[in-house]
Amino acid sequence: MRVRGLHYSVSQRPIFAGVDLDIERGSVTAVMGPSGTGKTTLLRLITGQLMADRGLVEVEGQDVAGLRRDGIYRMRRRMGMLFQNGALLTDLDVYENVAFPLREHTRLPERLLRHVVLAKLQAVGLRGACRLMPAELSGGMARRVAIARAIVTDPQLLIYDEPFVGLDPISLGIVLRLIRLLNDTLGLTSIVVSHDVHDLSAFADFSYLLSGGLVIAAGPPSALATDTREEVRQFMHGLPDGPVPFHYPAPDYLEQLRQLR
Amino acid sequence: MRQTRTIELGTGLFVLLGFAALFFLVTQITNREFGLGDGGYLLLASFEQVGGLKPGAPVSMSGVTIGHVEGIKYDFSEYKARVTMRIDSDYNRIPDDSDAGIFTAGLLGGQYIGIGPGGSETFLAEGDQMQFTQSAIVLENLISKFLFSKAGEKQGDAPAEVSTP
Amino acid sequence: MLASLSRELLHNLRTALQALGAYTFFFMRLLKEVPRALLRFSLIVEQVHNAGALSLVIIMLSGLFVGMVLGLQGFDLLERFGSEESLGSAAALGLLKELGPVVTALLFAGRAGTALASELGLMRATDQLAAMEMMAVDPVRRVVMPRFLGGVLSMPLLAAIFSMIGIFGAQLVGVQLMGVDTGQFWSQMRSAVEFGDVLEGVVKSCVFGVACSLIAVYEGYHSVPTAEGVGRATTRTVVISSVVVLLLDYMLTAAML
Repeated sequence: MRVRGLHYSVSQRPIFAGVDLDIERGSVTAVMGPSGTGKTTLLRLITGQLMADRGLVEVEGQDVAGLRRDGIYRMRRRMGMLFQNGALLTDLDVYENVAFPLREHTRLPERLLRHVVLAKLQAVGLRGACRLMPAELSGGMARRVAIARAIVTDPQLLIYDEPFVGLDPISLGIVLRLIRLLNDTLGLTSIVVSHDVHDLSAFADFSYLLSGGLVIAAGPPSALATDTREEVRQFMHGLPDGPVPFHYPAPDYLEQLRQLR
Repeated sequence: MRQTRTIELGTGLFVLLGFAALFFLVTQITNREFGLGDGGYLLLASFEQVGGLKPGAPVSMSGVTIGHVEGIKYDFSEYKARVTMRIDSDYNRIPDDSDAGIFTAGLLGGQYIGIGPGGSETFLAEGDQMQFTQSAIVLENLISKFLFSKAGEKQGDAPAEVSTP
Repeated sequence: MLASLSRELLHNLRTALQALGAYTFFFMRLLKEVPRALLRFSLIVEQVHNAGALSLVIIMLSGLFVGMVLGLQGFDLLERFGSEESLGSAAALGLLKELGPVVTALLFAGRAGTALASELGLMRATDQLAAMEMMAVDPVRRVVMPRFLGGVLSMPLLAAIFSMIGIFGAQLVGVQLMGVDTGQFWSQMRSAVEFGDVLEGVVKSCVFGVACSLIAVYEGYHSVPTAEGVGRATTRTVVISSVVVLLLDYMLTAAML
């Protein structure tokens, strides 16, 4: 998967000003960056939910911008995506949620479908929860169900959008392990978007750091951790002040206090 | 699975009730008879004037509804309106010298046919024509008749005042 | 001052026209999907349950009370002309042609319309619609269409039930309480009401069904994905539906009279 010179802006405000990314088959790639740098937007561009103003997004040698609606749908069938909160369909139970893509796209006989669904649920350790409704699941469980649903059609590319937000350490550990495990055993390519530096750097093969509409650093996580540039250091080590200022732009403090009097 | 079954049950009940209501509205509220009330026998009657009588209007004897008007046509052989009535088969002892009239229920009510029994020993049967009919009263005719007679009276009293050309 | 006011007016007009255009496009898109949606009938049945069966109680109760009020008011009015026997036809015509379709549509907008809009809005806010997109499932086809069709199918049935119950309500008051003769009540009704009157009511409720369902799914589907946005979508559903129903009612009445 390749991204070259990507430009994208929302109502005159540029989000990306020339982003280049390469994602290697079979690897886990982390895309990091402070909040609001458009990490989720990047995913939407890759999956064809949004179209770039300029530049190239290429998935498996296909230019996403050149695809029509059904072409994009065909491409997405080879992708799985995990949304921030799982995005399970609230009116279906766990089993039906995992079965949903199969029911929509295939005419598998019920017995075969059952085998596939139970196997995927077993892989995420939630076979026993198959009759629970999404509202009865904890955040970590919902996310694991969403992973099962994402892999049920055996995709080649799995995209995780902020998979760690709001998880307790145990659930977080489980999800982390699952991402790595699935990637290696199923031979997937994974893209993980997060701002959770420590968890990601432990298992990603390659990391990109986005900021201000550009890739400001790229390399294995260990290389990023020892990068000496100020922007990178601030993000990787969580320093409160630096190139990204602590203060929102404001007039001089003293000046403003005087004015108010 | 149990859940889908209750959904199906509720939906089925709703759809059934909905169509029952539609059927009720079409068959019971309107003057259209759909097959069901096709019993009874037909009587014919000719009127000079049917006024606002409509198909479906009740036919009654002494205020008891015994049937309905089925059709109203103009008959060029007699130059009269020919009304077809369907009478319930329970009421099969209407003397053949009975008379039929068109009346109005209330001031704004719809019009209906009232049958006054005669004294004959033979009874009307399927397809018979009623001999004696009384037309609907048309309000305009009544008023103009009234005015004419008034004018006539005046003319008699003071003929000089009305100029005749 | 005047210039800014007129500019604002122009701007509002533009927004309104834009919304109308967007509605039209959305409606076209739904129409295009109808044949394919009918193939998955079980999904529609589920939505007929949500929009129709679950609205049954409120529709029946309202129908009963509206009918009873008609019985009282109608009796009071007709008695002044000495023709209280016409109560049956007055109540039936009022219910079939006006009150049945209109009140049902307003209740539908409040009960089923808001439920639809908030459900779709919530699905939008919790990324469920986006997730479907990502699973290469068109949410319009899978989620919006069955809900739209379920509403469209439910409305005429609900209106018919409303009218039927209403007529019984009017009969209850008119005959039991006010002493109108039962036979006169029904026979007058039968002689006055024609098949065309029933048809008029059915046509109206079908049109209202399309309008209310379209507004509900449009507002829900396009709601801003926040808690506030979902709330606003449901409010807009009720407001727009009510106004549109009354406007359409006038236009349809004028057209069919």
